[in-house]
Amino acid sequence: MALAKRSFDVVVVGAGGAGLRAALQLSEAGLKVAVLSKVFPTRSHTVAAQGGIGAALGNMGEDSWLWHMYDTVKGSDWLGDQDTIEFMCREAPKAVYELEHFGMPFDRNENGTVYQRPFGGHSQNFGERPVQRSCCAADRTGHAMLHTLYQRNVRARTQFFVEWMALDLVRDASGQVLGVTALEMETGELMILHARATLFATGGAGRIFASSTNAFICTGDGLGMAARAGIPLEDMEFWQFHPTGVAGAGILITEGVRGEGGYLLNKSGERFMERYAPNLKDLASRDVVSRAMATEIKEGRGAGPHSDYLLLKLDHLGPEVIDKRLPGIREISIKFANTDPVKDPIPVVPTAHYMMGGIPANYLGEVIAPEFSNGSGNLEKVVPGFYAAGECACASVHGANRLGTNSLTDLLVFGKSAADSVIKFLAENPGRKDLPKDAAERTQSRLTRLDSQKNGESVAEVGAEIRRAMQTHCGVFRFPDMLAAGVKRIRELADRATRTEIRDKSRVFNTARIEALELDNLIEVARASMVSAEARKESRGAHDRADHQDRDDANWLKHTLWYKDGDRLDYKPVHMKPLTARSIEPKVRTY
Amino acid sequence: MRFRIFRYDPDKNDKPTMQDYDVRLDPHDRMLLDALVRIKEQDDSLSLRRSCREGVCGSDAMNINGKNGLACITKLAELKEPVELRPLPGLPVIRDLIVDMSQFFKQYHSIKPYLMNDDLPPEKERLQSPEEREALDGLYECILCACCSTACPSFWWNPDKFVGPAGLLQAYRFIADSRDQAAGERLDDLEDPYRLFRCHSIMNCVDVCPKNLNPTRAIGKIKELMVKRSV
Repeated sequence: MALAKRSFDVVVVGAGGAGLRAALQLSEAGLKVAVLSKVFPTRSHTVAAQGGIGAALGNMGEDSWLWHMYDTVKGSDWLGDQDTIEFMCREAPKAVYELEHFGMPFDRNENGTVYQRPFGGHSQNFGERPVQRSCCAADRTGHAMLHTLYQRNVRARTQFFVEWMALDLVRDASGQVLGVTALEMETGELMILHARATLFATGGAGRIFASSTNAFICTGDGLGMAARAGIPLEDMEFWQFHPTGVAGAGILITEGVRGEGGYLLNKSGERFMERYAPNLKDLASRDVVSRAMATEIKEGRGAGPHSDYLLLKLDHLGPEVIDKRLPGIREISIKFANTDPVKDPIPVVPTAHYMMGGIPANYLGEVIAPEFSNGSGNLEKVVPGFYAAGECACASVHGANRLGTNSLTDLLVFGKSAADSVIKFLAENPGRKDLPKDAAERTQSRLTRLDSQKNGESVAEVGAEIRRAMQTHCGVFRFPDMLAAGVKRIRELADRATRTEIRDKSRVFNTARIEALELDNLIEVARASMVSAEARKESRGAHDRADHQDRDDANWLKHTLWYKDGDRLDYKPVHMKPLTARSIEPKVRTY
Repeated sequence: MRFRIFRYDPDKNDKPTMQDYDVRLDPHDRMLLDALVRIKEQDDSLSLRRSCREGVCGSDAMNINGKNGLACITKLAELKEPVELRPLPGLPVIRDLIVDMSQFFKQYHSIKPYLMNDDLPPEKERLQSPEEREALDGLYECILCACCSTACPSFWWNPDKFVGPAGLLQAYRFIADSRDQAAGERLDDLEDPYRLFRCHSIMNCVDVCPKNLNPTRAIGKIKELMVKRSV
């Protein structure tokens, strides 16, 4: 079947923070860019980020990008690549100033500079005391940032393909990426977008968990596409559970609440974080706080009739501070927890929030697929024409645990650097390679299979089973027998996912078809996560194993690579050498 | 719980109909969107947009028992049965609860929704006092859900010529920004019998805004500025 085809210099998939920052850079460079998004750009999940953007501006007191770098390396439990981390922390202030110049409505200090609030794991002088580093717009920083970036793209006349879902990568025999196949949701039409460079900014995949702060659209589409095209996924065992999701609803309550002075209580009113992190207390890093909370609940000190949540107290901040700095939190709490935080504490539980792993990339946003592994061969081999930035990428800046605010910093810094790399690549490679004959074959067979499936599996049911399996087998605390059983269960589900059936066959805005295609991506992410977690026999950052309670640098200071083909695993070393700074040697991590 | 939902699929070439659904809810289902997700489990052909499920992305705006709102922050307990759901009024329907929002976004884009400042930016941030920044509160929080514009009779009559409450709220967001230098140009652009002056302060926009914003007040401020500069 002949397919419609369009050609561009660059195809950007995803229009959240990273995609929009990249698109802006590319449009302003005069390139012919197509930005694909499943949703109108301002509906991307960046919109839900609340607390702020981490950058050592030093507006509230002394700060340094070296301290930010140290905090990020320590936060990552030494799994983060130090070259990438240095690059991000060094570029962060510039990225924030630039966003301000674009019109971002940051909160301000009396002297007119950008207001910064304290955040978990961010410290002065290499861990000494909390620092105010999070640049924010009340508790709507993501919303303000996403809209500002979209607005700037309107000014730059960026071309958007709104409500188009990318389905598969197009690679030629040499492995070069030449664009994507995509579905226009309104018409149901399939198209090949032929590109000289392809940049993924497809976001996270928190929807593999039953209890998640993530939006419905966070289904790991970029990861699924990469995995199906033979590209490995890195460090997928590392999932961040945010300490404060609204109990029962999963809606995010920003760490900024604790940054502004709120704290957690157990059922007897004890400020329990003092026991787990005597120095930074409630502002310890997220993996530490989530584990402490899960321990409190496990040991019967949870609040509520079933002792299954904890309490986030902030009424002592007073209504003025709450309404000025945390108005969105008050709104969410009233709506989703029936609690006005001006008077009563918010019931919260650790909730799946962020994927530290993703498509392997370097600090330039180039996608990496090692040629050989286990110490020999080209471990930094670039996939020509393919770039990734933001949550879908594993650069790896967050390692085994991301610090709050570093996700937005990541989007800005690596969205831009990936776009700069694309610009350089296109200048050095002026031609356009032809599409292979079978460019759309994988996509077409997926669609044909889906449309003709009889007696198949329900998309909703298989999806719910995946979420239950991940939640039960791969949560905050992990156990060897549960992980092994989880691998078996997720493989069974992967098999069922190949037989999904939809009853709706309409061409027009068929959301049943979209959800089925999203499930193809979810299952790859879930498999990668479970298999990688089962294999890692240590506890590091967000990965906590009952049978190996300690971090094991001798054997496990390395990145996991999962390949879809046969669930194969491989490993590559962590970049311990920064670009210019001194290497931060692993040590015991306490807060 | 009982629902009566607008259905239309142009691919089937049928006329629009209202379809009844009876759904058994889970005790955890609080919001209208939770119920719609249940319905979609029974009938995968029901089409709607949704994403963040917490009222910040603006995807799931619809007409709920006659009033525009977001399904994800509308409490089921507060709805009268059968809950009647229709697509946002005044825009072409693509399918079921999904409308074509092109006209809405075209109006938003028409106000040049970006900061205009031709000065070379400083090395660090542009300074802005807390009071200047406060002038943007109640404006920048708009989520572009279109509840307001599609509740506005003036927008229904002239969607191609009247900017509508959402676009005008954003126009004022930039006029009010101490860093923006194009207030004059922005006012010129709106000084037109349709673009701004079709607003007759009916205030449906204020009534339906899920973020409790007040486009009518912003429109009033724009009008004030126009009067001020003409005297």
